[in-house]
Amino acid sequence: MSETVLKRWDKELTIAGGVILLMLPLLGIPFKTYLTLTIAGLAMGMLLFLIASGVSIIFGLMDVLNFAHGALFAWGAYVGFSVFGRLREWVEADSVLQNFGVFIVAILAAMTAVAVLGIILERVIVRRVYGSHLFQILITFGATIVLVELIRVFWGPNDEVMTVPLKFRGNWDVFDIIIAKYRIICIFIGIGVYTVIQLILKKTKLGTIVRAGVENLEMVQAMGHNIFLLFTGVFAVGAGLAALGGLSMSLFSLQVYPDMGSTYLLFAFIVVIIGGLGSVTGSLVGALIVGLSYNYVAYLVPWAAAGVNIIIMIIILLIRPTGLFAAGK
Amino acid sequence: MAEEPNLNESILKVEDAHTFIGHHHILQGLSFEAKADAVTVLIGRNGAGKSTTLRTVMGLLPASQGKILYNGKEIQHKKPYQIARLGIGFVPEDMGIFANLTVEENMRVAMLVEDEATGQRLARTLEMFKDLKNFWKAQAGILSGGQKQMLAIARAIVNDTSLLLIDEPSKGLAPIIVDVVIDAINQIKARSVVVLVEQNFYMASMVGDHYYILDDGLAVHNGKMTDLVDNDELKSRYLGISKVA
Repeated sequence: MSETVLKRWDKELTIAGGVILLMLPLLGIPFKTYLTLTIAGLAMGMLLFLIASGVSIIFGLMDVLNFAHGALFAWGAYVGFSVFGRLREWVEADSVLQNFGVFIVAILAAMTAVAVLGIILERVIVRRVYGSHLFQILITFGATIVLVELIRVFWGPNDEVMTVPLKFRGNWDVFDIIIAKYRIICIFIGIGVYTVIQLILKKTKLGTIVRAGVENLEMVQAMGHNIFLLFTGVFAVGAGLAALGGLSMSLFSLQVYPDMGSTYLLFAFIVVIIGGLGSVTGSLVGALIVGLSYNYVAYLVPWAAAGVNIIIMIIILLIRPTGLFAAGK
Repeated sequence: MAEEPNLNESILKVEDAHTFIGHHHILQGLSFEAKADAVTVLIGRNGAGKSTTLRTVMGLLPASQGKILYNGKEIQHKKPYQIARLGIGFVPEDMGIFANLTVEENMRVAMLVEDEATGQRLARTLEMFKDLKNFWKAQAGILSGGQKQMLAIARAIVNDTSLLLIDEPSKGLAPIIVDVVIDAINQIKARSVVVLVEQNFYMASMVGDHYYILDDGLAVHNGKMTDLVDNDELKSRYLGISKVA
């Protein structure tokens, strides 16, 4: 009886539980600081979503463990860094239009360049190791080394300061709540990307085929769809999202460095494991959990910030081994 | 676009096919053919290689040796999606339903072209399987076993399919639903050639025109289904069906 009631209220209970968990830090954090941390957490979560969604779709559809995703993330950041360097006047201009203009040009350049890189990676390297996770790990790890060394060749081995467009800098003070401008932009980028991905997956035939492929790839082939073309396309989209994540994150952390991908790839895998493989919504929820908990714990117990997400991941794996929103398989 | 079957020849001809799954040699020189105007049933005990045969024809398992001819052209080196585009529909043993997609989305994924002719075939298919119309917007995962089988068959015939490969459509279904599937296959065979893998002898005899008995990856007997129905010795030896006194 109670089990039936629990099932009937499953969704409501989950939402209520989520809200309680979200409010829990209020016990130890002043309200205004809590709001500032929440916005920071949401922004960080959205940026992690950008990198994690690519990893999730690539693994969910293609069953490929792509350890080179972090290097593609770094490439995105560096391509954006170059665009910002070339269009310095736009970056420093006291004009919202020019600031957003350079940001959009950088996004397009980074996503296009890294998507092409992703296509080459899939066609030349990854395609040879479909079906073998061990070889995928080894070969994509090797690709990471090559891609990171290429960054050192093209851009140099040192850390570089990423210049944020003028109008993106600084904070708003809303009733004594400090809100960093760029964090709000990050939140909107995340919401925008999630909406576009969802629209493509739910409203287009191509998206429906991708969702079907996540569930049963063999059947999609037997229905006459060229999965190899689909794989290349999905890999390119995943790489493009990694590039967008890399560029956005570099503006968030104000720096670019050749190894920056490996730091965030670890977060991306935690997000994907929490959210469930192959689910874009899972990646979003997982990323927000990671972003928010990291920020709250970093304020309350700074030394535990790095470990809290590992603990959350372990708890979710124990309760629901397939992640919160696992799709298919 | 499906190729027009030549009624004078076999639409599908498998010659000396060998297939391995891992180190296991499953098909050991299988040969059979499906005539353009008939339902060919592959029957045999568990592990005889029936499902492997359909998966090999579909290109999902590679034939290491032998030829597979469809309308006289070799297809054994083609990829599954290329084989499907020749006009070959496939209903796997597990039905291959996309459980998280709606019935409508399952059908859309199956449609290679969304033109007027496909629309007409869809309407005809939904007329055949009325339950699908009722659950059109529902997630396919909530359908009953029989409804899932209907959806699996509907997806395979919504395109211009000239050859339909169906793997054990009666598996796990209630007798009354088996009759619905029999009725559907009898309607489908007016438009498509059917190769059916079936362990349920009642169903095989109700829809089959020709039969092949498979044993250890080889076709050991074949003939007209009406002859097999009367041959108790063959049924007992290869299918484990004993005559009730």
